Amino acid sequence: MEIGISHYLTVGALLFTIGVFGIFLNRKNVIVILMSVELILLAVNLNLVAFSAFLNDIVGQVFALFILTVAAAEAAIGLAILVTFYRNRGSIAVEDINTMKG
Amino acid sequence: MTAELLLQSIQLSMPEIILAVGAMALLMVGVFSGERSTSMVTGLAVGVLIIAGLWLLLVTGTGSAFGGAFLADPFAKFMKVLILIGSITAMVMSVGQAREERINRFEFPVLIVLATLGMMLMVSANSMIALYLALELQSLALYVVAAINRDSVRSTEAGLKYFVLGALSSGMLLYGASLIYGFTGHTGFQEIAAVLAADERSLGLVFGLVFVLAGLAFKISAVPFHMWTPDVYEGAPTAVTAFFAAAPKVAAMAMLTRIVIEAFEPITPDWQQIIVFVSIASMILGAFAAIGQRNIKRLMAYSSIGHMGYALVGLAAGTQAGVSGVALYMLIYMVMTLGTFACILAMRKKEEGNVEEIDDLAGLASTHPFMAMMLTILMFSLAGIPPLAGFFAKYFVFVAAIEAELYALAVIGVLASCVGAYYYLRIIKIMWFDEATESFVPASGELKLVYGIAGIFTLGYLFIGGPIGAAAQAAAASFF
Repeated sequence: MEIGISHYLTVGALLFTIGVFGIFLNRKNVIVILMSVELILLAVNLNLVAFSAFLNDIVGQVFALFILTVAAAEAAIGLAILVTFYRNRGSIAVEDINTMKG
Repeated sequence: MTAELLLQSIQLSMPEIILAVGAMALLMVGVFSGERSTSMVTGLAVGVLIIAGLWLLLVTGTGSAFGGAFLADPFAKFMKVLILIGSITAMVMSVGQAREERINRFEFPVLIVLATLGMMLMVSANSMIALYLALELQSLALYVVAAINRDSVRSTEAGLKYFVLGALSSGMLLYGASLIYGFTGHTGFQEIAAVLAADERSLGLVFGLVFVLAGLAFKISAVPFHMWTPDVYEGAPTAVTAFFAAAPKVAAMAMLTRIVIEAFEPITPDWQQIIVFVSIASMILGAFAAIGQRNIKRLMAYSSIGHMGYALVGLAAGTQAGVSGVALYMLIYMVMTLGTFACILAMRKKEEGNVEEIDDLAGLASTHPFMAMMLTILMFSLAGIPPLAGFFAKYFVFVAAIEAELYALAVIGVLASCVGAYYYLRIIKIMWFDEATESFVPASGELKLVYGIAGIFTLGYLFIGGPIGAAAQAAAASFF
């Protein structure tokens, strides 16, 4: 079987969906949310690289490299905020993020 | 890229370069002179922002730079001036509270400068890559700013919530951008528009459009992606909330305007439906959800959701009048919001420090008549009562919607603004007719100045509105 663009897109869409569900259905731990965010970004990267190869156009790969860089910065900041939150609250369970209603 | 082109690009993006270099220099100043340097770094940061603004107004021309990724046009210039004014005002207003709440770290002004840089790049971004990088530069700085009071549970929780939902929205925006890239083969807005005009639009492209709009709706806090707004506004220190409510909204709205009007112009009917839905939902939620609020920052959060809905009415029209209405709306919204937050920052009691309950305003008219007067004007203006500025802002977007034959949208908007008037009027009633409790300590000079200027601007808009409206029209003309 030939692996075409649609297979890559399906995998990308699945990863993206798992990531989004990971953020919304997860009731346990904020770290899992951070992992889900990474999963979403990886889905995007997979999409971009697949399109880039399919279109014979380098821009998609450049875009993917930028996303990788920003994702690293984003994870660093997210973990830093999580550490300060843990110091104040003593927990990183999702149901404990409830000082304000909503 | 030849040296000549590079030089031209640098000239066009000089205000941004000033901010970038300035932010790094300020960081150095802060690191080497320690915690005591906060007031100096704040002063220097305001200076850097003013220099960038003057350069933008007096020197920078128009044109496209960096291979088309960066666009300097009259619309960008208009929005960038707004952003700079918003950032400078928010930074000046923050000084007093920062000292009281012990959040006067030198990182704060540096982060504000970096966020402002991100916002200015967002406004000028002319390709998906530039848009994403600018948006992240702004967002990453804002996540940290929200959690700046790192010893407070509420501030760090606000930062965490903002981070999680912001990261999700960036992910959605990116997924949309990847689909658009895949189905058009381009990331530049003009190239995307050219492909869309030439070919039949595909289903994948519409998916991409929806994801991009969802990601951008998060950033302007439009319904159904508004959940973070009340919590972040309430949890973050008030000085930070004042900043959040003004400049980032302007930048995100400008970016949304550019992407739908420029890149997706050939598929206007597709995005128009989405914008109309988001606009109606935001206006209605902003009007009803604010009614039960007791915390004035939460109330302002719902108010800002509603106002984004009204601004989107102009965008939904998709015409030149509509875009100029959006530009004008963002200007007036920013002035009103900054003025209101200056009043909120002035709500400070001797023992308790800053208070945030609406009931704390009781009897303000007898204890602080000038502040009560200005806050009354601002509330009437937010409610959209003529002849104040807020009325004209709403008038122009509704007229644009009617001209574009979006009658239902305009009617729902007017009805929602009637409902919304209730909670603004309730604040006025509490200030003027309720028994005074413990009085606030006198407001500091800079807060008085901000709410004074905002109040007088809103009151006198009738007389100074001509040139401002003309500037907004000139800004909108750059798209058509």
